[in-house]
Amino acid sequence: MGLTKSSTGRRAGADLRELKRQSGRQKIVALAGNPNVGKSTVFNCLTDLHQHTGNWPGKTVTNAQGLCKSGTWDYLMVDVPGAYSLLAHSAEEEVARDFLCFGGADAVLLVCDATCLERNMNLVLQTMEVSRRVLVCVNLLDEARRKGMRLDLELLSRRLGVPVLGLVAREKGSRRRLLAAMDALFAAPARTGDCPVRYPAPIEEAAARLLPLAEEAAGGLLEPRWLCLRLLEGDEALLARIDRFLGDSPAREALFRAAEAQRQALSEAGLDRDALEDRFTAALIGAGEALCRGVVRCEQAGYSHRDRQIDRVLTGRLLGYPLMLLLLALIFYITIAGANRPSELLMALLFRAQGLLEALLRHLGAPPWLTGLLAEGAWRVLAWVTAVMLPPMAIFFPLFTLLEDSGYLPRIAYNLDRPFQRCAACGKQALTMAMGFGCNAAGVVGCRIIDSERERLLAILTNSFVPCNGRFPTLITMLGLFFIGGAAGGLSAVLSALLLTGLIVLGVAATFAATRLLSATVLKGTPSAFLLEMPPYRRPQILQVLVRSVLDRTLFVLGRAAAVAAPAGALLWLAANLRIGGESLLSLAAGALDPLGRFMGLDGVLLLAFLLGFPANEIVLPIAIMIYTAQGSLTELGELSQLKALLLQNGWTWVTALCVMLFSLLHWPCSTTLLTIHKETGSWKWTALAALLPTAAGFVLCALTAQGARLLGG
Amino acid sequence: MKEHATLDTLRPGQRALVLSLEGAGALRRRLRDLGLIENTPVECLGVSPLGDPAAYGIRGAVIALRREDSRRIRVRVI
Repeated sequence: MGLTKSSTGRRAGADLRELKRQSGRQKIVALAGNPNVGKSTVFNCLTDLHQHTGNWPGKTVTNAQGLCKSGTWDYLMVDVPGAYSLLAHSAEEEVARDFLCFGGADAVLLVCDATCLERNMNLVLQTMEVSRRVLVCVNLLDEARRKGMRLDLELLSRRLGVPVLGLVAREKGSRRRLLAAMDALFAAPARTGDCPVRYPAPIEEAAARLLPLAEEAAGGLLEPRWLCLRLLEGDEALLARIDRFLGDSPAREALFRAAEAQRQALSEAGLDRDALEDRFTAALIGAGEALCRGVVRCEQAGYSHRDRQIDRVLTGRLLGYPLMLLLLALIFYITIAGANRPSELLMALLFRAQGLLEALLRHLGAPPWLTGLLAEGAWRVLAWVTAVMLPPMAIFFPLFTLLEDSGYLPRIAYNLDRPFQRCAACGKQALTMAMGFGCNAAGVVGCRIIDSERERLLAILTNSFVPCNGRFPTLITMLGLFFIGGAAGGLSAVLSALLLTGLIVLGVAATFAATRLLSATVLKGTPSAFLLEMPPYRRPQILQVLVRSVLDRTLFVLGRAAAVAAPAGALLWLAANLRIGGESLLSLAAGALDPLGRFMGLDGVLLLAFLLGFPANEIVLPIAIMIYTAQGSLTELGELSQLKALLLQNGWTWVTALCVMLFSLLHWPCSTTLLTIHKETGSWKWTALAALLPTAAGFVLCALTAQGARLLGG
Repeated sequence: MKEHATLDTLRPGQRALVLSLEGAGALRRRLRDLGLIENTPVECLGVSPLGDPAAYGIRGAVIALRREDSRRIRVRVI
C-alpha cells in the first residue's frame, strides 16, 4: 500500500534521464541496499520527503529522489529499489542496477542490515566494483544488539577500504551523522585500489587482457575492471545495455570483439556461462564471509527466539488462517466503530455550511444557476466525499501501516502462497493484493516485485478484485443502512465489520478464481521459482506511523478524491439541470440505462453513477444521490437516516443495496488504475482485459443475485 | 533419515549443509544472490499453515521456499 505523494505522484518513477546537477554544489548520491534494510527510512531521515516505509521487501519499486543540504554540498539522494545483487534478476533489480552502473551518481550510500551483514556484503562488494566513492551504512544496530550480536565496524572499514557508519536510522541525530559522513566521503580522495574480491585465475587473466581496451572504450564513464568482468560473463541483456550506453565507437567495437574471443577461450577451458556465474558468486560470497569473520560476533542464531514464537502462532497450522481473518475484521471494526460519530458530525456540519454558502452567494448577488452549480453541485459532492471518507481513512490507514511496519504482511504472503501456487501464480501476489486495499493503482505498480512476467500479469489483471479505499465508504454505507439497521450501537459496528470482512473474503475468492481462470487460458504456464524473505518482526513506531499515515496517505488520498469530486459535482449539477424536452440530461441517460440496470438488481441511475464514477470510485454514491435529489423532492440531506429515506423513495430494497455492494466490489477499475495498468503492461489488450474481467464477474454476480431474489419473492 | 537428502525433507528444527543446487535458471541465481551455495548451513524453521511453502534460515535471513523448489537442493543433514 505504498501510497503517498512520492509513490503515486509526480516523483514516482523519476526518469533517470531527468537527473541533472542543478549547480556545481550538487552531488548525486544513490541510496542502495538489499530489500528491507531501511533504505527508505534513511532516505526520509535525510530528505524529509516522507517516502513511504514498510517492513517488507520490495516496497520501493521505482527510483525516488529528494534533496538534502549539508552546508558543504547539496545532495540529490536517489532511493533505488532494493537488490541482493547487481547481476539483476527482476524488473526492480534492473532499475537498481541500471542506476548504479549507468546513472552517473557521484557516490553510493549503501545501507546494510546489521543483523545479516554477511549477506549484504555481496551487494557491497559488487557496488565497490562499479563506484569509486562508497559509504557503507550499517543500519538496524539496535536490532542486532537485541539479538546479542556485536559488530566491529572499524575492522570492517579497514578491510573494505571504505568508510563504514553504524546507524539506527530511526533515531534522532542520524541525519547529522549521515551528512557528516557524506561530507567526509567527498572531502577524501576517491578510492584508488581495486575492490577486495579476486576471482579465479583464468577469469582474472582474461580480464587483465581486456583492461587496456576497456579503459579506452569506457572513457571514464564506466569502471573498466567491472566492464571487463561483465563482458566476460556475457549476460545478453546487460551487454545490450552497455552497448547502448557506450554508443558506437571503434574502441567499443574492438573491446566487444576481444571480449567475445576471451569468452570463447574461457568456455573452451570449461568455464561456460553457468560455470562463470557460479565462480563469480562463489568468489563474492567467499569474500563476504572472510570480511565478516571477526567483525560479527554472535551469541545466538539469526532468527530470534521471539520471532520463532510469534511465527509459530501467526503462521501455524491451526491459527494461521483464523488469526488473519480476525485481524482483518478487527481493523474494520475499529475503523467502523471509530468513524461512525465523526462522520455524522462532519456531514451535519458540512451540509449546514452549504446553506451558509448559498446565503453568501445570494448576498453577493450571484445568479441562481451559479449558486446551484457551486453549492448544490461542487460543494455537496465535496462535502459528501469528505464526510464519508475522511474519518474511516484517518483510522484505517494508520492501522494498516502499523501492520505493515510490524512485518506481518510477508507472513500473509507466506500463509496464502499455497492457494496462489494452485493458481500457478506467485505468493507475492498477496502483498500486491494488500496494497490494493489502499489504492489499486499503487497495487498495480507494486506488482513489479513479482519476477516472472506471466505471474506479474496475473497479479496486475486481478488487482482490482479487492476494494480500494475509494470503495470502502460505499460498502460501509450500504452495510450500515440496509443490513444492520436494527442492531444497537456497539453491536452494529461488530456486525458491519464482520459483513465487510465477508465481502473482502469474497473479493479475495474472486481474485483466486480470476487468477486461476487466467492461468488456465490466456496466461498458461508453470509457476516459476518462489522465494520470499520474511523480515524480523519490528515494533512499529506508533507516533510516526500516526503522523505519517494521516498526513501523507489520508490527506493525499482525500485531496485526490476532492480534486475529482468538486469539478465532477459542478458538471453533474449542470447535467442534472440542463433540460432537453423537459427532461434533464442525467435522467435521460439514466432512463436509457434503466433496463440493463434493473436486470442486474440496480437501476439506471446507479449504473450511470458507476459509469460517471470512472475517474474516482469515491464519487459513485454522491453522483447517485445527486441524480435522485435532482429528480425527487428531498433536497436536504444532513443525516444518514434521510439518505435511507431518499433511497427507499427511489425504490431501493436490500437486494438493491446488496447488488450495489457486489458491483462496487467487482466492476471496471478507475481511470487512474487503468492508465497505470497500461503503463505497466504496455498493452491496451491487457488493459482492456483488466477492465472486462471484473466487470463481467460483477455483472454475472449481480444479475444472479437479482434474479435469484426475484424468484424467491424478495 | 538418510544422510543425503533434499531440503524439502527437513523437518522444523533440523539443520543441514547444502551439497549442490540442481537444475539451472532463475531459482539457482536467486539462491546464489542470497548466499546459498555449496557448504552453506541451512535450518528448517517452520512450515506454513497449508504445509507448503516452508521457511528456512539462510545466512541470518528467513527465506520461504516452495517444496517444488526446495526439493532441487541436495543437502546433508547435520
